[in-house]
Amino acid sequence: MFNSYVSNTLKYNPELCINCGMCSTVCPHGVFSPDRKVAQLVNPKACMECGACQLNCPTKAIKVDSGVGCASAMMRAAVKGQKEVTCGCEGSCS
Amino acid sequence: MKGSCCSSPGCGSKPILTLSGKADPVIKSTSGELTFANRLDHLMARLGVKREQHLIEPGLYALGRPTKESPVFVSANYTLSFDALRSALHGNDCYILVLDTKGINVWCAAGKGTFGTDELVHRIEAVGLNDIVSHRTLIVPQLGATGVDAREVRTRSGFKVEFGPVRTADLPEYLKTHQATEEMRRVRFTLSDRIVLIPVEMKNFLIPVLVASIIFALLGNYTAATAAIAAAFSGLVLFPILLPWIPTTDFSTKGFLIGGLMALPFALNACYGMTDETLWLRSGWAVAYMLAMPPISAFLGLNFTGSSTFTSVTGVKREIFTYMPKIAWMFGIGIILVIVLTSMRILGGI
Repeated sequence: MFNSYVSNTLKYNPELCINCGMCSTVCPHGVFSPDRKVAQLVNPKACMECGACQLNCPTKAIKVDSGVGCASAMMRAAVKGQKEVTCGCEGSCS
Repeated sequence: MKGSCCSSPGCGSKPILTLSGKADPVIKSTSGELTFANRLDHLMARLGVKREQHLIEPGLYALGRPTKESPVFVSANYTLSFDALRSALHGNDCYILVLDTKGINVWCAAGKGTFGTDELVHRIEAVGLNDIVSHRTLIVPQLGATGVDAREVRTRSGFKVEFGPVRTADLPEYLKTHQATEEMRRVRFTLSDRIVLIPVEMKNFLIPVLVASIIFALLGNYTAATAAIAAAFSGLVLFPILLPWIPTTDFSTKGFLIGGLMALPFALNACYGMTDETLWLRSGWAVAYMLAMPPISAFLGLNFTGSSTFTSVTGVKREIFTYMPKIAWMFGIGIILVIVLTSMRILGGI
């Protein structure tokens, strides 16, 4: 119960992978690693759901519900009744 | 860094700064050197002063004396992003294609889609990049990949996207081989990365904390006045600094822990320091501190997920559902207790 980050929405289907290496290139947390035949999902727990791999995967082998992992943005969206959580970077992001 | 993203800064109506006084409609010139004015602008951005005005005009910039073969780097129109890039490229002859990200850094803008495929393709056409360079390669920061679909850019514009390293500081090394090492591909969240975020986080919460503290001071309870500041300090300063070393994974529990440690001396002081009070009044204050202080830093810690570089939406959502009710209840009961104890002190003192 003390780890909210053990699972996430990242799904990878190695059968569709053509080993282009793009996921390993774009991932900022080393979730994927290049290998001989197909990309390996080596560290799924480190995924922060930014969506870069999904967007750049040519065969749609990767699926992830990407979004802003920011509590204040989510709570603000919930309070205002907005469906879309937007991030406007009050500082912090740089 | 991704961040406590918000408030939609930077609109077209705002005055736009140009780095060069030159009125070249197509290619603006820039340099790899940062001036005092640039550094002042960075400081203001870091302090959260006029956050929406740290932007430069989108378009194509020439650094040094670029030729048709010179490389093209893509950046955001946030001064901190653009200046980091041009100072890292100091001494190179190249072009910088600045996208209109509304004054937001590359990673956040990529998450929003403003640093994205559509804007990149549009900007390539708008500046006529096809005629300016003979090659067809763009070097895009890796963190832009959240918004930039490399294949689609190629299909629509003819330009091949090459994702460069995460940090501009690695660019000189990267340019030797055009191969990023694993280390260059990883985003970090170092102590200095976290420390620079403190001023902006503080700015958002400074007023309510000071108001609470002043109210306690006016009521004559200087310990409670100090406790309000201490609770905020633990969440806004100690939390970011100690983040990786506080046990537990969740930001909220980290906040509870650090807030609890901060509350402990106040509780002990209530128990053993307020010797002229009755036992139940002393324990009342001790309980009040232990209830009211930890949820403050837990909440501030939870807020810090937005500034961190690694929390997922799924995890943050789970944290909100798990801990927000506890934070609210604990804080609510703690504050009610503080109000009851304070009014008893005032009434009893008459």
